[in-house]
This record gives sequence, structure tokens and C-alpha cells, in this order.
Amino acid sequence: MIHKFDVVIVGAGGAGLRAAVEIPKGYSCAVISKVFPTRSHTGTAQGGVCAALSNEEDDSWLNHAFDTVKGSDYLGDQDAIEIMCQDAPRAIIELEHMGMPFSRTKEGKIAQRKFGGHTKPEDPNDPNSRRLPVQRACYSADRTGHVMLQTLYENCIKNNVNFFSEYYLTDLIIEDGTCKGLIALDMATSEIHTFHAKAVMFATGGYGRVYRITSNAHVGTGDGCALVYQAGLPLEDMEFYQFHPTGLWRLGILVSEAARGEGGILRNSANEPFMEVYAPTVKDLAPRDMVSRAIISEIRAGRGILGSDGTYYINLDLTHLGKKVIDEKIPEITGFARTYLGVEPTKESVPIQPTAHYAMGGIPTNYDTEVLYDNKGKTVTGFYAAGECACVSVHGGNRLGTNSLLDIVVFGRRGGKKIAEFLETAKQIDFNSDPSEKTKEKLTNLLSQSGNEKTAVIRRELQQNMMDKCGIFRNETDLTEMKQLIMQYKERYNNITVQDKSSVFNTDLVETIELANMLDIAESINDGALNRKESRGAHMREDFPKREDEKWMKHTFIWKDGSGGNPRIDYKPVIKTRFEPMERKY
Amino acid sequence: MEVTFKILRYNPEKDKEPHYEQYRFEAHENMTVLDCLHKIKWEHDGSLAFRRSCAHGVCGSDGMRINGKNHLACSTLLKDLNTKDTITIEPLPSMPIVKDLILDMTDFYEKYYAVKPYLINKSPVPPDSERLQSNEDAEKLFESAKCILCACCTTSCPSTWSNDNYIGPAALLKAYRFVFDTRDDAADERLDIIDTPDGIWRCHTIFNCIESCPKEINITWHISQLKKELSNREL
Repeated sequence: MIHKFDVVIVGAGGAGLRAAVEIPKGYSCAVISKVFPTRSHTGTAQGGVCAALSNEEDDSWLNHAFDTVKGSDYLGDQDAIEIMCQDAPRAIIELEHMGMPFSRTKEGKIAQRKFGGHTKPEDPNDPNSRRLPVQRACYSADRTGHVMLQTLYENCIKNNVNFFSEYYLTDLIIEDGTCKGLIALDMATSEIHTFHAKAVMFATGGYGRVYRITSNAHVGTGDGCALVYQAGLPLEDMEFYQFHPTGLWRLGILVSEAARGEGGILRNSANEPFMEVYAPTVKDLAPRDMVSRAIISEIRAGRGILGSDGTYYINLDLTHLGKKVIDEKIPEITGFARTYLGVEPTKESVPIQPTAHYAMGGIPTNYDTEVLYDNKGKTVTGFYAAGECACVSVHGGNRLGTNSLLDIVVFGRRGGKKIAEFLETAKQIDFNSDPSEKTKEKLTNLLSQSGNEKTAVIRRELQQNMMDKCGIFRNETDLTEMKQLIMQYKERYNNITVQDKSSVFNTDLVETIELANMLDIAESINDGALNRKESRGAHMREDFPKREDEKWMKHTFIWKDGSGGNPRIDYKPVIKTRFEPMERKY
Repeated sequence: MEVTFKILRYNPEKDKEPHYEQYRFEAHENMTVLDCLHKIKWEHDGSLAFRRSCAHGVCGSDGMRINGKNHLACSTLLKDLNTKDTITIEPLPSMPIVKDLILDMTDFYEKYYAVKPYLINKSPVPPDSERLQSNEDAEKLFESAKCILCACCTTSCPSTWSNDNYIGPAALLKAYRFVFDTRDDAADERLDIIDTPDGIWRCHTIFNCIESCPKEINITWHISQLKKELSNREL
């Protein structure tokens, strides 16, 4: 079946829905998503969305921009960061106007709390004075992402946006440097749908599922990023993958930084509040990359707590916060601790371990969300990307907590606006040939191929090895081994038997296609990590422990099409405006 | 420990009627029902179909009937079930089965859309600031805003079982979310929509919805506030 739309947005999380709201009524717009919109992963964000609203204390967007640049370990593009931080107060107020319920201050304004890496100078007249944590994260208890997603979906209902729920993206159609549409599988029937569009936006989210312990939903398999890579376009900064310091032990379920924003403290086996050693000023509110490394360092030094299954964890102590704060400010996450670990957070510490959480890298775009064709600034006509799948880059080497919810609303809207501008003159360009052929052939092959491999087995091996060899601490030996392993998985992939042959909700088939995407994503992360011989942000090379600005303050661009089955790598300079790189101490 | 799962299976391309299939496998008491379904799918039978995404009770995809009670598979741990006996898994009742545990939820969503689930505000907003709302007023919405649209409540309600047209607790809860929002101007419009024989008055305060809600929302209380509002309006 062929559909014609002015614009097709893939992904119904915050970025996709915010973009859809922005498309003027005169244009036809469809949003396709592999889950019903309110099931999207934005809904699991907990702690907050930041903006220098100054509702609780004096703050400025420049403070926010400084923190974001420093948090990014000077890999973020400063022009894009300035745009985001300057636009943040407007974006949050707009969400309030759309109906998002927020926790409130005594005066009835949007309430704000502290979050990792968000600071301001102690002396407002001296920008170089010691920086202390600031209340910048706007929140709705610890369900900020959930109510944001609901609000954006509600506004789409109000605007009569067309949704194609449970449609799974299988191909991206780029011909002669122009994006002409995409192919999707209707999961309920296995029918192949061609979406012919003047503009396409990917808001397809992240790929935490390439790691064994992750906070990400099962749908976080990086389909959008992988299809871009498979289409011969570059991905940017894939080696920068964030591990959130506090996932529930063994499970990886997120325990928001809000727990530490409200005063929670990390403690080792000797009950010591060890973050004092790693970040003397901001302690437990240091950025995520540093806290995750500190946790692993404590465990490696023998100061972890031995769990029942032989693995080690660290304690997150919330007991001193009192029942009232726990029940009112962080009810959801403390509920997770009760449900999944049987721990009562008002009385005992919560066992945690770092969990794969967020992709700083992704589809390269400019700050108007136009997808880059190369590392020289050329764009793909009619193709846009926003949200976690995109790399603008506002997060650089390490994202600050609360900046992802901000990213999706700021750049979702900018994308919508840019698309509307593009549609004023854009024409629907015919396909060169039937673009659905490739998908049909792929599906036929997958359903007919047989061998003794299972999707779940290869996936589990990939996830475990990515965790062990391409996780928080990396080195040449492990990464080289991982590269070999990924090549082996790709060969074994051809021997997978898809057990389910039916055409109704064949989730066995979908998981198998997802695995191919995950293998490409893992390849791009691992090759990027092997190539980058320095340590910056979330990318920590034990064999190159220092940040090397002269050589490496640049973005990695990686293409699938290098020689001998190897990806090709090139670079793009970081854009600097007003923030000079300095040593990153907290 | 070994556990036995009995799952209601249905493949419209092969089966005339839904039927049960049994699976016996090694499990651990800390596993969730979703973990077990994954184990069956990934190790035994790849054709088993169910929805899931976040796997920790936030996205609302995996509502199902577990030993006769509506709940989320990802929030139900084996240790909370009697694992000595067979664990029975069925799709939520009152909705058409598409395949195995996957239901056609169109009707459920239509009823949610019917209550106009979006803020309607006719007065101009302050240009550069948020509308003020007391924290007390904001918190009145929080419990209802926790709803994840999993359909556990609506499909647990005897009024739903006996009448397909009943709007159901989930849609009523959503109506509450906006009727009691101090920023919303369309309370009357929404109250009109639910003030019908198949609307709020088919709620007979049976409390099944509360028992089945995985987010522990006191749905009946919220519905009673709407009923009060309607009675006040008529006076």
C-alpha cells in the first residue's frame, strides 16, 4: 500500500510528537511508531527538564549553557547548546501552557530542584568563583517524562494528527541525495506500506538495548540510526554512550538523579560517602560519566557490596530524607525498589549499579535538525532528525541529566518549524523504482533462511560482551576483541531461523530485524571507541586516560562503507562560541 | 525452581478457537511474569506474541490476566504468585484477541478520546510565564495523571463485561484529570459527555478497578468526585 503525505515523522516520543504539533494544519502529516504513542520511551524519564527559569533562585541561561558545555567535556557544539539553553525557559512555559502538570512552588510557579552537573557561581559577580549546585530541573514528582509524553500526545489528538501505531520502520528511501520516504511493516498484518513524503523526520530514539544492563525499553534498538547507517549516510560520535550511575542492581531500571538531587548519598561497603573523593564540591551531584566511573572504581578497589548472585553493587542511601520527601518527591523510583528488589527505601539503602542509558551520538544534524550528508555541512534534502537518535550535538561527550527532555522539545519544535518552511516550496519527487522491493526481499529471506542460530542467543551474547568490552572502561584489547565478535555475530545472523512464520504480529520476525540493526549500531560504537585514542566524557580509554584537545576535540563521523568490511571514519570540528576548554573538575 | 505456565494461545491463521498451552521451565522467584514470557518466547516458542516495552510498569503495554487478575506482566514477580500451582496467563477480558496475548484496543482508545483528553483553555495565556497554580491544586491531578492506559481497570469492571458501550473507568479517570485542572475551561463539556446512561452512571462502585490498577490509583474515588460535581451541577 502506498501513502502520500507532506511529512512523515517516525517515532512518537517527545521529539516526534512535538514536531507533529508544530506542522501547520494545511499540510498532511503522519506519525508512525512501533508502539502506541504513550508507550514511547520518553514516558520513563523521571527527574525533570531543566531551564533557567529562576523560580527557586537566581539563574541564567548562560549558567546552563556553561554547565552543558563543561558537562559535554567540550565536545558539544556551542552554537547549538546556546540555542537550546536560551530557548529552554520558553519551551518549559509552552509545555505548561499545553497543559503539562508540574509540581509547583509556594507562589504557584513551576517548581525546580537540583540535578547532577547543574551549577552556578557562588558569587554572582564573579563567573570564575566556585560553582555550587542550582535548582534548575522543572519536575512533576518523578514522572516528568510520563506527563510530558501524555501532554504532547494529548495535543496531537487535539490537532487530529494521523497516527500509524505498531508500524515498524524497515527502510529509508534516499535517492540522489534526497529523502523521498520510507517503508514500514504493519505489525498487525505484515503488510508492507510505502510512505511517499516530501519530508521525513526520524525521532526514533536510542539504542540502550545493545547493552545487557540498561534502563532502556525493549524498543530501544536504534532502528532509525541503523537505517541511516545502512543507507550509506554517516553517524556521529557513536562512541559516546552514557551509563547512568544509578540503575537498580541486576535490572538496570533507572533510579533518577532526582534521588540525589533531593539529598540521596552513594555509599560503599564501608558505608563511606565516596563521591566526596571524586568530586569534592558537588559530590553526589557530579555529572553521570564521573559518578559511573567512581562507582566502578570503588567496586574494583574492593569496596563494592557483594550481592547474592556474586556480582557487586553500591548503596544509594535515601533513609535520611524522611518518608514525606520520599513519598512526595520520588514516589515512583522508590516504588521500583520495593517492587523489584524488595527494599524499603525509607529504612534501607537501595542497591544500584551503572546502567546503559543514553546515546549522545547518532544521526548528525545541524541545529535546524536537517540531517547532514557528510562532515562538510552538506545536508540531505527533505530529511530531518531530532531527539535521542540525533546528534546536534548538544550533549557532546556526556549529557547532563534533564537535558534530554529539553532537547526533544526544543529541537522537536525547531524541526517542525524547519519542515513547515521547507514544505512551502517542496515537491513530491517520484521514486526511481519500487522502493518496497528491498524490504520484501529482506523479509522473504529472513522467513525462509534456516540454521541453528537463535535471535535471542546472539542478542544476549552481543549485549553481555558490549557491557564487558565496550562499556564504562575501555581498552585496545577488549575493543579489538569486540570488533571480531561483532563480525562473527553478523555471520551467525545468516543462520538464524525465525520460528514464527505467521503474518499477524510476528514479533519474532521484528526482533530479528532489530538484531541486525543492533549489530550495526554496536559496530559503529565499538569502531568509534577503538579509533578514539583519548578519554573524554563517557568515553574512557584506560590505555589513553587523558583528554587530548589538540588532537581529539573533534566529532567522529563513521560510515558503513569502508574497505574490507570496515567502517570508514572522518572528523568534523567542534563549534566553539564563548566557552574555552578547561580541566573538568567538580 | 520449576514453574508451569498455562497460556491462552490464539493464532487467527491457524486456530478456530483460543486454546491453552503449557510450558514448564526453570525460573527464579525474582523473575517477573514478563521475564518468564520472554524465556518461553526466546527459548521455546518464538511465535508467542505479547506487547511489552519499558518492562518496569511505566509504558502500560503488558496488561494481562495473571491467575485471573488483571495486572502488568512486568510488575508481577513470581515470588508474589503461588508457583507451586500452574500460573495461568490470559489476555485481558472484554477486548477482541488479535493473536495470543495481543488485543485489539481500538474501542478502549476511542473511549479515552471521547472525553477530550487535552487541556481546553479559552482565556489568553500569560506571554512569558507559566499560569500560576497552587501546588495543592497541581497535586490533585497527580494521581489521575499517573494513568498509563494499560486497560487493566476498564477490563476488570463487571459493568464493562455486561455492556460494551460503557465508557469505563480509564476514560472517566482521564475526564477527572481535566475537569479538576484549575487551568481547564471545558469541565461542563466533559461532564456532559460522561453524564449518560453508558457514561459515569454505569459505574456501580464495585472497586474492581482499584484492585487491578498497577499504579495503585484510587480510581473509584476519582469517579466519585466527578459524580459529586455532576450532582452539584444539577442543583
